Amino acid sequence: MKQFIVFVRKEFRHIFRDRRTMLILLVMPIVMIVLFGFAITTEVKNSRVAILDHSKDEVTMRIAEHIARNRYFSVVADVRSEKDIQQMFLENRADIAVIFSHGFADNMLHTGKASVQLLADGSEPNQASVRTGYMQQILAAFLQDYIQAERSHTPAAQGTALAMPQMQIVPVTRMLYNPQSRSEYNFVPGVIGLILLLICAMMTSIAIVKEKETGTMEILLASPLPPIVIVVAKLVPYFVISCMNLTTILLLSVLLLDIPIAGSVAGFIAISLLYILVSLLLGLFISNCVSSQLAAMLLSLLLIVPTIYLSGLAFPLESMPEALQRASGIVPARWYVEVARKLMIQGVEMKYVMHETAVLALMAVVLLGVSWKMFKTRL
Amino acid sequence: MVLRFLLEKEFKQMMRNIILPIVFILLPLGVINMVPRAATQEVKNLKISVVDNDHTTWSARLTEKLAASQYFNLSDVSPAYGKALQSVEAGDADFIVEIEPRFERRLVKEGVASVMISANAVNGIKAGLGSSYLAQIIADYSAQLREESGMPASGVGMAHFDVVPRYLFNPTLDYKMFMVPALMAMLLILLVGFLPALNIVGEKEKGTIEQINVTPVGKFDFIFSKLIPYWCVGLAVLAYAMLLAWMIYGQAPVGSIGAILLFATLFILVVSSMGLIVSNYSDTTQQAALVMFFFLVIFILLSGLITPIASMPAWAKAFTCINPLRYFIEAMRTLYLKGSSIGDLMPHLCALAAYAAAMWGWAIWSYKKNS
Repeated sequence: MKQFIVFVRKEFRHIFRDRRTMLILLVMPIVMIVLFGFAITTEVKNSRVAILDHSKDEVTMRIAEHIARNRYFSVVADVRSEKDIQQMFLENRADIAVIFSHGFADNMLHTGKASVQLLADGSEPNQASVRTGYMQQILAAFLQDYIQAERSHTPAAQGTALAMPQMQIVPVTRMLYNPQSRSEYNFVPGVIGLILLLICAMMTSIAIVKEKETGTMEILLASPLPPIVIVVAKLVPYFVISCMNLTTILLLSVLLLDIPIAGSVAGFIAISLLYILVSLLLGLFISNCVSSQLAAMLLSLLLIVPTIYLSGLAFPLESMPEALQRASGIVPARWYVEVARKLMIQGVEMKYVMHETAVLALMAVVLLGVSWKMFKTRL
Repeated sequence: MVLRFLLEKEFKQMMRNIILPIVFILLPLGVINMVPRAATQEVKNLKISVVDNDHTTWSARLTEKLAASQYFNLSDVSPAYGKALQSVEAGDADFIVEIEPRFERRLVKEGVASVMISANAVNGIKAGLGSSYLAQIIADYSAQLREESGMPASGVGMAHFDVVPRYLFNPTLDYKMFMVPALMAMLLILLVGFLPALNIVGEKEKGTIEQINVTPVGKFDFIFSKLIPYWCVGLAVLAYAMLLAWMIYGQAPVGSIGAILLFATLFILVVSSMGLIVSNYSDTTQQAALVMFFFLVIFILLSGLITPIASMPAWAKAFTCINPLRYFIEAMRTLYLKGSSIGDLMPHLCALAAYAAAMWGWAIWSYKKNS
């Protein structure tokens, strides 16, 4: 036991004496939380509107005013021709264009042939459809108000059509768990999953392979300690750092971002520890497979890319094709992020996360077995 | 002359590594083939649980209509709200649609009835889009009911205008088309950004840098010999990725390929130089990898790759102006989807060129021959 502690101390010294690595390991979670909490959002805001008004009458002016007043839009230009709009799109200076037809007010009141064309830059599909949706709402609301105002001027029309709603089903929408639809709620659990994996898998695999590459592994293996103790001693510091990072992230998200941990804190921490264990074993597995730091690094990268895209961190899993959904099953972060969302944000009871926990536990057992089999005591 | 031999050395080192050529072939294939299918913000296959408190023909028809929609899958019909909430907590449902008791009767007598939609809003985008789809279906259903009972489908208005939305550049609103050009940028960063970061520091760790340091090889030649191989690899990988995008998704750039190559040439110079700078300042491979990763994560997150720049707060927007990745991703997407000319993208080109010059200079300056 004493020898084990000596080894652990050696590993800690390796890390502590590398100031830059140490600093980044501790600062990275803070930077990520700040970025995800304050900078990055999937909401659609500050859309730039170009208006092409062929009519320039009282009604189109009023609609333009309505658009300019809306907090999602800012009118950036009053253009003269469709060509100008095209050019603005090509230079990325506008997101959506509103085109009023000729003789708008006249046609609107008499022929019913007035039209508003919405040209959206569709290169980003979601943004484009949300922007068009907002714009349609503004226009519909304007028309409604306009008709209402007209009607109150002409008493004869009052009390007739539309006075009482007919066969109207009114949807009442309620947002559970995240009433303001803040994207941090969705991102933070994912960030925890990513950082823990990064530190555990990438850092440990490089640390172990380094000893192989520089030849010091031979010295360690020749020591009287059983080789497994040496490897476990290598994992301990990264385990400790991961726990520190977990604490930092949880504290920051509660204190800085006001994201409560709605469910059982103890349960969440227990499952996080299990996930850290799985990630450490993954790092160990990588280090068993390769013999150069470059290769370890590349393999970890191959691990990180699927973690970003297949874990549901930023992109919802259920929109993916069947095959990818199934493939995501072998990504540990996918299960962890799900647990983190359920326990942190939704605050469900522990029995609802048993399935995910069991999968993580199974992964831990398999990885442990494989690493054990592959571990060589000779070089 | 010296440069030629140094280049020969670098290329041989790269190609004799067993893993690198495999990664050059497989990583682009994996990223271009898999990631755009996964990286979609489209909202599909949403699971709804319906609580029907009315049990009449009309409420059953609403349930059917919801189940028939392309966006939704009916996961269950629960007897009570509490039961439905349990399926949300277990992850079996994303939305609860609760039809009030006396739904049909109220519609007939009072002309109004309500439907309660509760969305699991952990993912705000999903909840928002999903509930607007639900509202749309419900509105269609009430229009249908109005029509059946002989009323005009829409209210009679005095004034009226049509709203015609049209989407330019990506008329089918395919998210993959938007992601593919940006993913090429991410590929370049992963390959020609990371590998140089591990290069010089690797020579330091092995001690082979000593041998270079005692030769008359100049700083300029040395850094140049390290950059050129990544340049070639980067451009080859880009061409390969563009070919893959065309074969797999049939996506070809609307703009000129020459312009794409021009931007890529500058961008590769920027990221490879950044990698070499990190490598010059690092003492161990582990340190270099972590430092590079740290910067790349920040660059990627603030580049608009995943989330829109327009929605960021002012300070983050200001930061994106010094982010080379942002300029390259924007240029790639614009060239690929909109077909802008180089003239339209002048600001991007100037920014990347300035960045490339600065990074290249720094990479040469930061390499010290005396240890």
